[in-house]
Parts: sequence; structure tokens; C-alpha cells
Amino acid sequence: MAITNNRLTAEQYEQNFSDIHPPFDSREAALVDANRCLFCYDAPCTKSCPTSINIPKFIKQITTDNIKGSAYTILDANIMGGGCSKVCPVEKLCEGSCVFNLMDEPPIPIAKLQRYSTEKAIDHKWPLFQRKPSTGRKVAVIGAGPAGLSCAHVLSREGIDVTIFEKERKGGGLMTYGIAAYKVTPEFCEDEVNFITSLGGIEIKYEQELGKNVSLADLQANYDAVYIGIGVGVARQLAIPGEDLAGVEDAIRFIYDIREKGYPSVPVGDRVAVIGLGMTAIDAATQAKRLGAKEVTIVYRRTQAEMPSTEVELNLAKLDSCSLIWLASPKEIKGENGQVTQLICNVMELGVPDTSGRRTPIETGETITLNVDMVIKAAGQVPFEDLVDSNQLNNWKGKIAIDSNCATNIPGVFAGGDCVNGGKEVVDAVQAGKDGAKAILGFMYKERASE
Amino acid sequence: MADLSANFLGIKSPNPFWLASAPPTDKQYNVLRAFEAGWGGVVWKTLGSQVKNVSSRYSAVDYGGSKVMGFNNIELISDRPLDINLREIAECVRLFPDRAMIVSLMADNSREKWHELIAQVEDTGAHGLELNFGCPHGMTERGMGAAVGQDPEIAKMVVEWVMEKATLPVITKLTPNVHSVVPTGRASVEGGTNALSLINTIQSITGVDLDTFVPNPYVAGKSVYGGYCGPAVKPIALKMLTTIAQDPITSRMPISGIGGVSTWKDAVEFMLLGASNVQVCTAVMKHGFRIIEDMCDGMNNWMDEKGFKTLDDFIGKSVPTITHWEDLDINYHIVANIDQDKCIHCGLCYIACEDTSHQSINLSYGNPYNTYSIKEDECVGCNLCKLVCPVDSCITMVEQRKGDEYLNWKEFQRRGLPLNDH
Repeated sequence: MAITNNRLTAEQYEQNFSDIHPPFDSREAALVDANRCLFCYDAPCTKSCPTSINIPKFIKQITTDNIKGSAYTILDANIMGGGCSKVCPVEKLCEGSCVFNLMDEPPIPIAKLQRYSTEKAIDHKWPLFQRKPSTGRKVAVIGAGPAGLSCAHVLSREGIDVTIFEKERKGGGLMTYGIAAYKVTPEFCEDEVNFITSLGGIEIKYEQELGKNVSLADLQANYDAVYIGIGVGVARQLAIPGEDLAGVEDAIRFIYDIREKGYPSVPVGDRVAVIGLGMTAIDAATQAKRLGAKEVTIVYRRTQAEMPSTEVELNLAKLDSCSLIWLASPKEIKGENGQVTQLICNVMELGVPDTSGRRTPIETGETITLNVDMVIKAAGQVPFEDLVDSNQLNNWKGKIAIDSNCATNIPGVFAGGDCVNGGKEVVDAVQAGKDGAKAILGFMYKERASE
Repeated sequence: MADLSANFLGIKSPNPFWLASAPPTDKQYNVLRAFEAGWGGVVWKTLGSQVKNVSSRYSAVDYGGSKVMGFNNIELISDRPLDINLREIAECVRLFPDRAMIVSLMADNSREKWHELIAQVEDTGAHGLELNFGCPHGMTERGMGAAVGQDPEIAKMVVEWVMEKATLPVITKLTPNVHSVVPTGRASVEGGTNALSLINTIQSITGVDLDTFVPNPYVAGKSVYGGYCGPAVKPIALKMLTTIAQDPITSRMPISGIGGVSTWKDAVEFMLLGASNVQVCTAVMKHGFRIIEDMCDGMNNWMDEKGFKTLDDFIGKSVPTITHWEDLDINYHIVANIDQDKCIHCGLCYIACEDTSHQSINLSYGNPYNTYSIKEDECVGCNLCKLVCPVDSCITMVEQRKGDEYLNWKEFQRRGLPLNDH
């Protein structure tokens, strides 16, 4: 029993991490599904999309071979519509509300059709957007993730010059670093960022971290407005004995390493326990399996009825033959010679609903013991509380407080995305970026009017 | 089991499905395959003279993801040597004596040429002749095909020439490229034809290639009008058929129905509107001869369900229901009703009514599903919402008569009743 890397052959890695939602093979295949779309009025799918993409319109455009128009319809509403078509939990968003569900028919494969158009746009580098002449106004954006990029794109289209400060070496944020590699490739993430910045007027300064290389005060002094889209990044601690043993890994870090270092470099145990059952937990569990772990067990303290993951995601884990233990909460991690050997869990039962409406798990007094050599923590993420506090930003346990106009307590400083909401889908962050840009434009116009 | 056997002018076939005069009936190979598949009869592709074809010859209209809802061609009558055709016709008759063998003809414009051709064809043992007065391209320039069908006097003259010589039953095939098929139909009856068939193809341009800018079909950078057929022409064919079935002179003739027949349902519709049998072409060009199986089977099951024992039990049954607008009952009124349990909230009924009809549907916003209901007082009963609804019997039209008695427009005017009361 050991944690080792390089468990598989190059071919096995390639196969394990190939696209799980392959694109349409042909134009004809796309047209068959596009032509099924009823072109609903005031469409439920559009209403269920956080970025309100006019889905019936873009699908209609596919049926007429107007792919450029289709891509514009998507990307005008959601500049990361390409990536979202690969990573969105569409079963609970657009596709989940497709009217065909009410007829017990398969919904329109909206994501696949969205990918059909946007991938062409990105591959062919179609110049779908043009920016207005520069106004000379400057905005600083912190974080080149979905919120920051979306905000920057809207602002640049309006002639604002945007500088993005990104702590990593690549843009894309969660899309690039926080999502299972079989959903998006690093190449796609890079192409998507390049597509967004090809508009012009957006400069990304890499390896520039807030509080380290750049300060909020400097940005305030040098720019007309600042947008904070720093995401949420630190894994929640379990606060149980043994958490410091070798072999206890944080899911964010684990996924980051897979994206950043290449599959053979990432060590994985023979028997892995994953704590939690959100999207990140699923991504960690499936990828541990795909890296060559022999057994992967997901431990979740409630039942399937309360799980944050969608059923589609859960099925991914099941199909990768990950096992699940419901109603179990980590109590202690045991080890030998500093290495993880066992995970001891309290057996739980459900009590009364908590503030989120989910029934609170209560200890039964029984325990179970799992023999494992690796524990991956995916029990949620906590915001950058110190960073936010030290910049005098009003916040709630690190989640930046904003008003209905995306404004923080500091005049001219706006925020959105995961750093505000504590972590939602990519598509929510894109919408937050749009909202932030709109608020910043309003702020600057108002300021100009009063000058 | 219903009896599908057909008797058209004494020409018997095991079912009422014939293949129309067209590429599928151009040679022995195809016709034998068709007979083996179960087709009741064929109209051999038109015999004549002086033919040279071009390529390409076909083009199609696709719609909503479906291929070939309309089809057109610029092919001419048979371009194979006459003697080979005649020999093969005889061979097919010998091998399948129970199937109908009709031969389509288009002779040069003289009495002698027609007589000569008829004599040659009758020697084959074929059961009937069909006069091609419809082909809309290539032959018209030489005063043949549709050029004959478009001029009742010439049509009558040619039919008379034919009837002088023919001993076999004669069917005259009409062109739809006229404002009404009735005059040529009547002229053909006066000329002595034994039956009519319709429609031939309609002159058309199916579309233009957006890269070459040349319409389809493409022939070395040029195109011409082609003859349109396939499912898209069925409504036009049915209308023309009905006018022939209603006219006091032409209705005396047996009619062979042609024009977009693709399924047993289409065939039943043609026969309800007066056709004694049907001819099929585009559907087999798209799917092959095997579609005959469902055509026979489907018609059989439908007849059993309706209690029809033979084809004569339902041929022409719908003709009397076609009347004049002024004879329609004005007191008949319907309003739409939406079954909320079946509604999938697509909003198609709402936007159709709102933008293009009578604003009779109420929308109440919901997330993500809106609710739609009918404003009964505003509904004029036009039916549009029902037509666009994607769910079977979700929208139904409920009868709400304006008065008990039958009242038509003539009577309405005579009584001086108020207009625009709803």
C-alpha cells in the first residue's frame, strides 16, 4: 500500500482523461438534435440559464447553418459559453427545464449544441466582437477567472482599458485549475482565454497576487475602478485528529496538480477516501480512480436526498466504480510512520433541517473504519478571509459583502463571483462579471456626470 | 382481412398501388424487383423518340431536417432504345401476369407516329396505355408533353388519334401547369379517353446553390425549371384531383391519383377524394420498393378498422364534403381549450396567437414555466394554436354554436344580419 505516481501507461492516461461529453461527429448529427428544438416562446431553458443565453435562438441559427450568428448569440450572453458547454451541470439548469422533460422525452442536448457553435468560433478565431474606441478609462480586475474575464470583456467592448492581475501562470481560474480534466483540456482553457482577450483592450498580468505583488490601495490609486473576482480557494479543514498525516490531501490542490503537472506526475493511493459529495468531491474521486487508484470510497455525512452533487455527476463516480458510504462523518485519521492507514468515521442519522433546509446529520455513537492510504478532503471551500479582512472589505466570514449594485464598502471597488457567493457554478461567475461590468460602467458614467 | 384487389378499367392488380411512369419503371430490372416487392402494377416510363439526357437531373427541397420533402427533375422520357423497352415490357408481363402493366406514351406530333407506337406497344401484351400530356421540360419545346396538356383542343385531337387505333384501355395523364385541370380533362373525355390520371409534375426551381449562385439541378453552370413532385405537392394534387372528381363530365372517368403519395394514409386520402388507385414515384426513389409492404398492410388495417371490405366501399367517399365557401355553416363556432395537464409550457400557441392571430391566449408568468389559458370571448376558433401545439390533443377545439340552425352566407346576407359580431 502506497501513494505513488506514474501508475499507468501513456495510452491509459489518455483514454482515462479523454472527453466524457464528446462533440457531435458531424453537421448532420447536430442538425437532427437542433431541429428537434421547439423554439419555445419565453423559453424555460433561457430562464434557467444564469447568463440568460437565448437558447432557442442559437439553436434555430444552427438549423439554418448560421453558426457565426449562433456563436454570437451564445457568447454575447456568456463569453465563456464554450467552456460552460463542457462543464455546466446542465441537468439542473437549461436541459433540466427543457419542456421535453415534461413529455418524458429526452431534453434537447443544449450543451452539446452550444459546444458545436462555440468550438467553431474559438477554433477559427472568429472576430465576433468589436470594441468601441478607447475612452481612456482604466479598470483593474483582480483574478482572470470566469468572473474577471467576463467583467473585462464587457468593459473592453465599451472602450474601457482593462488590466487583469492573476496570481497563477494561466488564465481561466476554476475552469483551468479546478475542474476534472476529462471535461476541459488545458489547451481548450488557453484557447478560450485567448479568444476572450483577442477583443483587445485587455491585458493580463500573470503571477500577480493580491496582497503579495499588488495592493488594493495601489490599484485604487491607478485605476478608475477595481473589480475583485478572486474566487474561493482554501479547502475547509476537517478539524479532526490526524489531518496532518502524509496522504491527507486537499481536493482543490489535488485537482490543481492534475491540471498543472500532468497525469503521470500526480501521486495517488491504492485505497482512497474522498470526504464530501459536491462537484469537487466527484471530480477528485473520479480522477483518483482514473489516475490508477484501486479503490475509491466517497464518504458523505448525509443521504443522497441531501447531496449537493447532481445525479448525473454521482453516476459519473458510480460508473468509475467509486463506492459510496452514506451517513458517515470523518472522526479521526490514523497513521503509521506518519502515513495515513485508516479513516474512522462516525455513523450518522438525519435530524431536523438546518438553515439550508437540509436535515442535519447527528452522530449515532457507532463508528466504522476504512483502511485507506490516502484521504482527499472535499468538504467545501472557505473564502480568503485574511486577505479580505486585511483590505478592509466588509465581509461575512471572508465572503465579500456587496450591495445590489455589485459595490463593496470601498467606493470604486466592486466584486463578484465565488469570492462573494462562496462558490457556485462557472456560469454564475460569468453572470456576476457581467453584472459587475454594468455596475462599473454606471459608476463611471455617474462619476463623469458629476465631474 | 380486407380485399385490396383493384380493378381499373378492367385492368386487375392485387393492390391499388402502381409505380408511376418515371425512372423506377424504366427497365425490366427495376420492374421485376418492384413486382417481387409486391407492387400491384407499373406505368412503364414514357416511350417516344429523340431523347438525350443531361446530368445532373434531380434536386430536392429539404425542410426542418427532413430530406426530400420536395423533389424535382429535368429528366426526359425513356432514353433507352424503343425495341429494348418493348422486349422487356413483354418479358415482365410474361413473368408477372397478375400485375398491371401500363405503358406511358409520348409520340411525335402526328397521327401516324401515335398509331405506329400504339401498335408496337399493344404487341407486348401490356394491359393499358397512359398518354403523357404532362412532362413539363425538354419535350414541351417540341410541342409535346405539357404543351399538349396545356391546350384542351390539341389534347382532344391527340386523344382522338389514339382512340382510333387503341384496343387497350387508355388513361390520359394531365399536367398541373394550368390554372385548372378541368378543361383538358373534359377535352380528353370528349376525345374518348377511358380514364384520367393526375397530376404530372409542377414546374419549379427547388433552390439556388448559395456558393455557385446557380439554381439546382446544376448542369455546367446553368439550370432550368424542373418538374416538382414528392410530399410537398400532395395538397395541390389532392385539390386538382377533387376538381376532376366533382366535375360532371370528368367525374364519369376512373381516376388514377398521383402527386406525393408516400404512405398508405396518403393513398387513402387520394382514394377518398375520388381516385380509384394511386401511382407512386418519389417515395420509392427515396426509400426503394420495400415501402409497399407498409402501404398494403396499413391500408388493410385501416379498412378492417372502418369495416370496409373492398376499395369501392370508400373510393370517392369524401368528395361530397367539399362544398363552396358560401354554403358553409356560419353558426358553427368553436373555441380553443388548453389541457393544463398535458401542456408543456412551450408558449408556441401563445406567440402564434399574440403575433399573428387574435390575442386570445392569456399568459401568466412563472419560473421557469409560464401558464397559458384561452380567453374564450376573444377566440375566433381559427385553429392556429392547435396546429402549432407540439403535444397531441393538448389543445382541442370545443363546439360553442352561435345558433342551433344551419345558416350560410347567402342566407345571412338575405336576412341582413350584422357583420363582425365576433
